[in-house]
Amino acid sequence: MEHSHHTTTDAVAHHDSKAVVRKIIRTTILLSVITIVELGLGFLMYFTQFPDWVNLFIKGLMVILTLAKAFYIVAIFMHLGDEIRNLIMTIVVPLLLFIWFIAAFLWDGASYRNLRNTYDTYYKETTLDRGVRDADTTINPLR
Amino acid sequence: MATTATVQGTKWWGGGKSPFNVEYGKLMMWYFLMSDTFTFGAFLISYGTIRFAVNYWPDPNDVFNAFPLAGHANLPLAFVSLMTFILIMSSVTMVLAVHAGHHNDRKGVIKWMLWTIVGGIAFLSCQAWEWTHLIAGQDAILSNGALDVIGTTTRVNPFGHEVHGPAIVEAFQNTSHEGLVKLAAMQHHTDHAQLTAMSDEQLRGMINVAELHVRESGPVAFGGFFYGITGFHGFHVLSGVVINIIMLIMTQKGVFERRGHYLMIEKAGLYWHFVDLVWVFVFLCFYLI
Repeated sequence: MEHSHHTTTDAVAHHDSKAVVRKIIRTTILLSVITIVELGLGFLMYFTQFPDWVNLFIKGLMVILTLAKAFYIVAIFMHLGDEIRNLIMTIVVPLLLFIWFIAAFLWDGASYRNLRNTYDTYYKETTLDRGVRDADTTINPLR
Repeated sequence: MATTATVQGTKWWGGGKSPFNVEYGKLMMWYFLMSDTFTFGAFLISYGTIRFAVNYWPDPNDVFNAFPLAGHANLPLAFVSLMTFILIMSSVTMVLAVHAGHHNDRKGVIKWMLWTIVGGIAFLSCQAWEWTHLIAGQDAILSNGALDVIGTTTRVNPFGHEVHGPAIVEAFQNTSHEGLVKLAAMQHHTDHAQLTAMSDEQLRGMINVAELHVRESGPVAFGGFFYGITGFHGFHVLSGVVINIIMLIMTQKGVFERRGHYLMIEKAGLYWHFVDLVWVFVFLCFYLI
């Protein structure tokens, strides 16, 4: 084990240190810019009265921007992009479970809401039709 | 930085070599972080499920609109942006510490670890302020036909539907002495004992009903999810700061220099970046959408 570390650090020493720092700074700027864009979108939604579908579109955009940020943090800051494919796959493949996890549970929540609004009129009357817009709560507007 | 050893066409599963080409501790750190991702994922998804299951949820811009020393100014997103940038910056200083470690630059590691710890403590302080502000917050609500003043806890919060018109006037007349004292204290910042001694009529005269911004109490789950998830994240930040301090001390004592490598800094770095990564999603789910 000791031996392998020496070879690793020696190899790194050949690596252009300044190039690595430049990469880090570039990533930092990128992350900051994405965050500022997200904030800009947030303020845009706050100060403008958009139709629901526009708000949904902006929120979707924020999710995509967040995933981009996550990618850069993991690939560059955590150096996962520099590891071999085997290691990348052993981390990334199990994360695919999230596709089911998110879809199933949000679907379930939305379905519960629809059932309740259909069969529990008291709940519907006391919580809806009060100037609250559908897009404030879910991405699944009521029919 | 294992890429340098990678040769195209290497048979990683051919036996005789480590198929992941990293040291044991680093691999296990990755697996731990993966399991932690599912823990945080489960929390955030359950929050999403509840949000999808109800007709009303508070607008984050109404809840998180305060800034230290800014009084009652309405500044949505401002403070949480500051927190986000603090955490991104401390993540950057951590990468630089790992980078210095690759070059066996002890002074560099010490410098950047110190900045990382400062960033972590700054973030925790911000969170402490935010929690305090929410818990001790004073907002008027309409509850059981009378007015009351509450903050945000795991049981109640004042961020329900806005109430307008005659309902408030009626509720104002039904409000108990205790409630009136709270309302007057909220608007005038006068001593509680002094207000308690006053009569209901005097108190009603002091309160400007039009300025109360009365709401109903908000969804019960709101406080639990907010404090639960940001608290769990904050606890990760706290443990990250502790780990970083231990790494700093070990670096200072020359432990890693004697060992010949700074792999421990890399592993602490992975954990620290993960904390930043989680915040990116907490920021999205609680403050942006």
